[in-house]
Amino acid sequence: MSPKLSLVLALGTLLGTSLAMPVALSAQGRGAAPPPPQTAKAAASIDLTGYWVSVVTEDWRYRMVTPAAGDYQGVPMTPAARAIADAWDPAKEEASGDVCKSYGAPALLRVPGRLHITWQDDQTLRMESDAGKQIRTFHFGGWKAPAGPHTIQGDSVAEWEGGGRGATDASMKVTTSNLKAGFLRKNGVPYSDNANLTEYYELIAQPDGAPLLVVTIVTTDPAYLRQPFVITSHFKKEPNAAKWNPTACSATW
Amino acid sequence: MIRNSTLIALALVLSASVPARAEIDLSGSWASINHEDALERGAGPNPDDWAGLPFNESGRAKALSFSQSVISMPERTCWFQTQWHIAAGPFSLRMWAVPDPITGKVQAWVVAAWETRAPMTIWMDGRPRPSKNAAHDQTGFTTGVWNGNELIATTTHLKTGYIRRNGAASSDQATITTHFRRHGDMLTLTLFMEDPVYLTEPYILTRSYNLSTNPVPIGGPPCIVGDEGVESGRVPHYLPGKNPFLDEIAKRYGIPPDAALGGAETMYPEYREKIRAKFVRPAKCTINCG
Repeated sequence: MSPKLSLVLALGTLLGTSLAMPVALSAQGRGAAPPPPQTAKAAASIDLTGYWVSVVTEDWRYRMVTPAAGDYQGVPMTPAARAIADAWDPAKEEASGDVCKSYGAPALLRVPGRLHITWQDDQTLRMESDAGKQIRTFHFGGWKAPAGPHTIQGDSVAEWEGGGRGATDASMKVTTSNLKAGFLRKNGVPYSDNANLTEYYELIAQPDGAPLLVVTIVTTDPAYLRQPFVITSHFKKEPNAAKWNPTACSATW
Repeated sequence: MIRNSTLIALALVLSASVPARAEIDLSGSWASINHEDALERGAGPNPDDWAGLPFNESGRAKALSFSQSVISMPERTCWFQTQWHIAAGPFSLRMWAVPDPITGKVQAWVVAAWETRAPMTIWMDGRPRPSKNAAHDQTGFTTGVWNGNELIATTTHLKTGYIRRNGAASSDQATITTHFRRHGDMLTLTLFMEDPVYLTEPYILTRSYNLSTNPVPIGGPPCIVGDEGVESGRVPHYLPGKNPFLDEIAKRYGIPPDAALGGAETMYPEYREKIRAKFVRPAKCTINCG
């Protein structure tokens, strides 16, 4: 085949494809009901489901052990926050019975442990943690939070960003409000019940190709933070639930 | 003429029907957010604190031999800042694209230099990687590819440098992979350090930045070698078993010295149970408290 003929055939094929697509779409549109909107599950171009384990390479001494009172490095606290944190008393916290303050949505992914992510239904992603036995639900599709008291995990609305074109660059953006006050760090660094959270869940390919779940967490709090508090937690995928180890919340460990 | 017109028309139709190559603009000044690892990235880590670092025995032995005074040697004053300094240092970034002068396509992305780290030029034009026997330096050689809106840069040909600024070293066989992801005015980098000489598995760090209207300098000051009085021929170091800082984080934070010696197991949740009985939380933070 001559180069010229090859070029003509290639152009013809591509042109045919590009011209045929609008015709086909147009034909679908005549008399046919519009297709229902895609569900969040169907629209997902990345798969966040499965078991994930924390990889603690950052803020080690704030996460793997309980830091001393007064160790607040890195957190842009307001004076009001500092006053609260300075009064932290782990024995009192333990005795209060409210021992899950450092397992709320802004801090949960900092707790070393495992996550289990599943689709609860076509529009809701569910994330469980074994550390502290917490559950978060991420609602897609214009979900509205019901009225009610603030809760430790708050109300989370999710949407997909990016993706498509065969790339794996999509992220799940999660916006969380209606949070009950808690601790950003176990040693009493507070966030208030006016705190809000924006997170980006995404998959990054490790050098061996395995997925790394990377979550960028942005906490805003007009009462206790001078500026948005930005941290990123990362997790490796595990093949099954073999290492899933549910443990209760602790105010001291 | 007609044939040319037809071909042009065909080309226009085709260009309209093929999705644009996905890329995102990363150019601008990006202000560093140092809320994580604030001490490690700022003033510098505690001596002998290698918790959460996947050392092998060689990496650990090299780190234990490290004396901070080594950077007083003229030969080693500028040794340690490779491109990994983006991950482990505190500084902001400035990025821009370099167009090919003929085609206008992006030939490279540049992450500007600062404070002794050379600029990172991320070649996007598909040029081949140099021979493995080519010279290594602190700049290294970096190529990039787009995965949708994610830029992935791979850096090789580095000289030995640091992984953590307290003696944890990377070798000249190390590879750094940097993933750039932008969310509006926020940029998040995920960096992997692979090193067959000193690490058992990739070491992972993340960084976040806010887009800023305050310009980040395009180039940092060069590292200048000076005479700090170290006599010629002396290499500051600690012999095996003689490192005096092994109990440093135990004294400061109550963390068992074993944890400070690092290793991959210190990165995972199970390790907490291993040290739980040995951990003694100090009543009050006394140093580097924020």
